[in-house]
Amino acid sequence: MSDVNYKKISMDGLWNNNPATVQILGLCPLLAVTGTVVNALGLGLATLVVLMGSNICVSLIRQYVTDAVRLPAFVMIIAAMVTVIEMLMQAFTFELYEILGIFIPLIVTNCTVLGRADAFASKNPVLPAALDGFMMGLGFLVILLILGGMRELIGQGTLFTNMQLLFGPMAADWQLQVVENYGGFLFAILPPGAFVGLGLIIAGKNVIDKRLKAIQKARASDEPKVSRRVRTTGKVS
Amino acid sequence: MALISSTSPHTTVSNNTGAFMRQVIYATLPGLAVLTWQFGWGTVINVLWAVVVALVSEALILKARGRPVAFYLKDYSAVLTAVLLALALPPTSPWWLTLIGVSFAIIVAKQLYGGLGMNPFNPAMVGYVLLLISFPVAMTQWIAPGEAPSLVQSWQLFTGQLPVDGLSGATPLDTFRTLHSSGAGNESELASHGILHGQFAGLGWEWVNLAFLLGGLYLISRKIITWHIPVGFLAGLALPALVAWLIDPVRFADPMFQILSGGAMLGAFFIATDPVSAATSRSGRLIYAALIGVLIWVIRSFGGYPDAVAFSVLLLNLCAPFIDYYTQPRTYGHDKPNRGTQS
Repeated sequence: MSDVNYKKISMDGLWNNNPATVQILGLCPLLAVTGTVVNALGLGLATLVVLMGSNICVSLIRQYVTDAVRLPAFVMIIAAMVTVIEMLMQAFTFELYEILGIFIPLIVTNCTVLGRADAFASKNPVLPAALDGFMMGLGFLVILLILGGMRELIGQGTLFTNMQLLFGPMAADWQLQVVENYGGFLFAILPPGAFVGLGLIIAGKNVIDKRLKAIQKARASDEPKVSRRVRTTGKVS
Repeated sequence: MALISSTSPHTTVSNNTGAFMRQVIYATLPGLAVLTWQFGWGTVINVLWAVVVALVSEALILKARGRPVAFYLKDYSAVLTAVLLALALPPTSPWWLTLIGVSFAIIVAKQLYGGLGMNPFNPAMVGYVLLLISFPVAMTQWIAPGEAPSLVQSWQLFTGQLPVDGLSGATPLDTFRTLHSSGAGNESELASHGILHGQFAGLGWEWVNLAFLLGGLYLISRKIITWHIPVGFLAGLALPALVAWLIDPVRFADPMFQILSGGAMLGAFFIATDPVSAATSRSGRLIYAALIGVLIWVIRSFGGYPDAVAFSVLLLNLCAPFIDYYTQPRTYGHDKPNRGTQS
């Protein structure tokens, strides 16, 4: 673990090993609270902070916790972090806290948090662990935001409604009425809409991956073809 | 001598998928005719529009999936899905309702699962349920039986120029439900609602269901479907209804009313019999269909929705592979069937 590849950690969290679209972890909050952008952003930020904080703490104590008791110890740390976040949200963004409700304490059970603590933070120094927590959290947040945006747009015809819950009164007029006189599409707001939306996002990611791979392959196979053409005199396969 | 010298079987009947699907579409015509007679031209307009939407969305998604477009369009499965969904929609449906339902049914419920033969759920019913939970108001506005609007009015309803409020009325199932959920269900109340007392069952709807029964019998006579699913379906619906009705004839509707109301006959002969999403073995089909019938009765009598054909069919679609697993018939040459319980 001496040579830490920071670029790889970042790319893993954001794309290659994204908690939501590749590991498919933390589905419960992902599907439950992404009805609007503001809900998604609130929960995504909370998860990001918890993930980073728990990764740092776990990394700090990794030399002193024996394997036998490591999971309870990690869970204690995560629970403490979540409690802190919950109290902070209760103090500063009370309305959002009320809307998100049970899903803030439920961050404890988000498998991404314990997964990163055990798989990465307990084996790496503080700085890479912190970056890993941040990037994983960011990858999760981005997917939450995309899903929240999709569901809000299709479900209500708006974007960024109620942003004042998170950013104070000055954000009250951020709301975009994308479609006028929108009748509402309840399916997108309800949980089945979240499942379909997440499925489409994962499918989209897989399509992009496939395209990238094809481009890489084409690039890689270009080179030998040229050299072979030089040597052969007959037909080129 | 121009004698054909081919080996057996000397079958002359064309039995490709398209021919079967066309037969099913023809069999819905009596039902379509009676729906038009009772509720106006709305259903016909919807069926035509739904077919257009289905063909366009099927062509687009086939193109996107890199499949031969003309080959799959010719199997008529998209047309059948569109027709069945449009028959289930209220005749007051505006154009966008049909557009959303049919395109979702074809693109998501059918093609994203792999196309015809691969879809675990009945596409028409997925589209119907999507619309029912998304637009509950638009999906429950039926026209009072016998008060069919004119062709012009139907067209205006379709384009959204005419508000539906002045024309819509409750269906017999709605009326029955509302009476009992408001606690006003006693004998004189029931008698005072004319819509509940037609010739055999609910007014207007009895004829719709009898017409679908006729179309269904045609399908059985042409051996497009077997009798197992319709019989299981109707028995599963009628038997619990009979028992409950004998115990309390005011609280529960009689079995005749149950099987001739709402989507019962359409479901029994046209929806539940979808060969892709239904169970396949004979006993499996009986179990599958009977459970659909029981579930419809349970939801109609105790649930939150007046009718439940779509929900019940989808739930049992989910169980169909499981039912098949435990009802595998005995293979020729084996003493016992190779069922899941023995392995």
